[in-house]
Amino acid sequence: MSHHSSHHSSHHSSHNYQEPEPAGGIVPAIARLPRRTVFKWFVAVAAALQLGDTQVFGAEPIPSVPPLIPPITAKGYGSDPQLNKFYTPGDAWPLTLSKAQRAAAIALADVILPADDLGPAASQVRVIDFVDEWVSAPYPGQLNDRAIILPGLDWLDAEATKRFGALFAALKPEQHKALCDDICFEAKAKEELKAGAKFFSKFRSLASAAYYATPDGWKAIGYVGNVPSLTYDGPPPEVLAKLGVVQTVK
Amino acid sequence: MPIIKAEEATKDYDVIIVGSGAGGGQMAFTLTLAGIKCLMLEAGRAYDPVAETPMFQRNDQAPLLGSQTPDKQFFGFHDATIDGGWQMEAEPYTQASDKPEEQFWWWRARMLGGRTNHWGRISLRNGPYDFKPKTRDGVGLDWPIGYDDVEPYYTKVEQLIGVFGSNEGLENTPNSPDGVLQPPPKGRAGELLAQKHGKTLGIPIIPIHRAVLTQRLDADNLPAKLFPGNAWAQKIVGDAMRLRAACFWATPCGRGCSIGANYQSTTVHLPPALATGNLDIVANAHVREVLLGADGKATGVLFIDKLTGKDVRVKAKAVVLAASSGETVRIMLNSKSTLFPNGIANGTGLVGKNIMDTVGTSLQGQIPALENLPPYNEDGAGGSHFYAPWWLYKEAEKLGFPRGYHIEMGATRGMPGGGNPLPDDLGAGAYGSKYKQEARRYYGSFMGFACRGEMIPNDNCFVELDSTVKDKWGVPVLKWHWKWSEHEQRMCDHAEKTFKDLIGAMGGTVRSVTNGRNRIDPGGKIIHEVGGAIMGTSAKTSVCNGYNQTWDVKNLFLVDGTPFPSNADKNPTLTIMALSWRAGDYIVDQAKKGML
Repeated sequence: MSHHSSHHSSHHSSHNYQEPEPAGGIVPAIARLPRRTVFKWFVAVAAALQLGDTQVFGAEPIPSVPPLIPPITAKGYGSDPQLNKFYTPGDAWPLTLSKAQRAAAIALADVILPADDLGPAASQVRVIDFVDEWVSAPYPGQLNDRAIILPGLDWLDAEATKRFGALFAALKPEQHKALCDDICFEAKAKEELKAGAKFFSKFRSLASAAYYATPDGWKAIGYVGNVPSLTYDGPPPEVLAKLGVVQTVK
Repeated sequence: MPIIKAEEATKDYDVIIVGSGAGGGQMAFTLTLAGIKCLMLEAGRAYDPVAETPMFQRNDQAPLLGSQTPDKQFFGFHDATIDGGWQMEAEPYTQASDKPEEQFWWWRARMLGGRTNHWGRISLRNGPYDFKPKTRDGVGLDWPIGYDDVEPYYTKVEQLIGVFGSNEGLENTPNSPDGVLQPPPKGRAGELLAQKHGKTLGIPIIPIHRAVLTQRLDADNLPAKLFPGNAWAQKIVGDAMRLRAACFWATPCGRGCSIGANYQSTTVHLPPALATGNLDIVANAHVREVLLGADGKATGVLFIDKLTGKDVRVKAKAVVLAASSGETVRIMLNSKSTLFPNGIANGTGLVGKNIMDTVGTSLQGQIPALENLPPYNEDGAGGSHFYAPWWLYKEAEKLGFPRGYHIEMGATRGMPGGGNPLPDDLGAGAYGSKYKQEARRYYGSFMGFACRGEMIPNDNCFVELDSTVKDKWGVPVLKWHWKWSEHEQRMCDHAEKTFKDLIGAMGGTVRSVTNGRNRIDPGGKIIHEVGGAIMGTSAKTSVCNGYNQTWDVKNLFLVDGTPFPSNADKNPTLTIMALSWRAGDYIVDQAKKGML
């Protein structure tokens, strides 16, 4: 496990240790907590989640660090929400990512889903609003994801600070790449970065779930439906030819 | 939709119908168009698909990108189902066993139209074998009626609701009469590819039958076929048909359809029934029991008005239960009297027995041939276009399990969002533009295959009343007993091998992890629960006769899936409607003879 060797003990109530103030002027909550505390908690949660048991939080002795994950007190939308209405993140329940977490998340989402010839960057289609809505939701699946994403974002800033002396959002492209290359593939991540890689995987999944739900995302992936038409013509000739099939419904 | 208050339901009704879905909707349609005055009781709230359906809404316009939650448990946020799911806080149920594989997931929909608002619209006729399964292979139970008894009603239902499909003349997969089915939609890329490779494995992949209008109903001619010589009924039905548009090839059917292009009770059955002036509907009516008179006939129904919490008694000459198998059984078991201490029409003790679901298991494959296809619109008719009917009737003896399954398939360029399009193992760590390229490459290349098979009723699958637990309104709840038999397990073994072969033949690789004996979906997961008060030839061995009429109480009818003595692989809804129409005609006949 990666942590400051100067940190003296394994118990979690020691608050006398103070991280150096990171560059950029934003001081995330994480930086005020003992790093070892954060790491231990993060790794334990990730390991517990790997078991795939939704009840695991009750069963596993995961160290509790309340300031990291504020509890969700909002209610769900209930069993009879209005369906034919346009919702926007924040409508169903309050968003809860901190300013620092949002900054890290916006930067990370744009590293994962940058502007290119397939479409705009994640930040241009409000991807982080959806991720924030997701991790702020009062449902069990989302609460599990919250327990990965929030400390993960905090860890990302801590790791960026450790390696490059700046928060993740303030890193240069090659620094983003260096960090993300180490955590982008859980199967190949180093042991001490497995938890970071698990966070990255979950974040990439949520960010892309949001990105590809938008009209720009549809274009990027090649979805051209959700439009009314008088007839349904099936696959065009070039698709049939590529597959080597013929249309059997006349 | 006009709904009356509980306290206004004071007319002299002929028939009370409990439930407003496929069975109740069809019964209300049949009876009211024959001039019979009906009161329909729905446990959920009123619901109007024309005003409420989320047409064209994108996933980014819904909370949580439209994902499933405990509040919206099936297709996610835009699913038509409201106030329903496998778990409902106000209406619990219990399990006899702690083992997950011996538990039943009981789906309820508490809304006008019930499950018909969100169902898959798959409308397959049972074949001749399906009514006489025990005669063919010695297990399970026969129906007291045969295909020929039901065929005219299949045809009438198909003409009324509109079903697309083709006539392929395959074994025990009945054709409809010429001109009855609507034209099937074109095959999609993955469906055509599966069809091509299925052929090499001997699996016939053909157009499915679904209750979606690929063209407008022929409102000028169909009503005369359905109601010959009855100009009044023809006008009402024709007018209702003219309100329905043809599919505009967008918006998944599971959301319901505001233009009435698919069948749901709320757009097809209830509007004409209401137009007769012979139907009153009370919503939020939680039925507790059927009331019994001293003469042994049903006199009405006791329900709890959920808006006031008050008990309300309504009276009629006959009672029809169409509340879904589980709920109908629950009402019957709770209807205790001196004459029927174990529940109404339950002299045999068979009420609650012989509960069945559909056998479900599925496998997903990734098909390289479908990668990087030129984008084209695959929305189509908002659900599957092709399927494979069971094809191995001749080999049943060799297979080690007696009954069949059909294959449903999902392909694939559906509306994205709400999920990660690129699994981590395929993405191999990709992020940045590489990720976006890979997501585009793999999009549309995943196909799912699902087994929908026939379960044989067994002694371990039944319900009873829980002796202590009650729902929010103080009504005793059901306790479920469940255990799949070896027949169903072997069927899933076979289906899994078939799907692997099919995915392999398409040049693909299997994606999902298979899990031995746990691959079978939990009972109730497929939401095809039937049985519980089966029909038969004798009052000693069944609860009702071939007209859905209980043996013990002559003016009590069961027209949901409850009377099914078997659950063919064919999805039950079309058969529920056909039998309900048939039972409705019988009630009309009995009423004319003064028998009710």
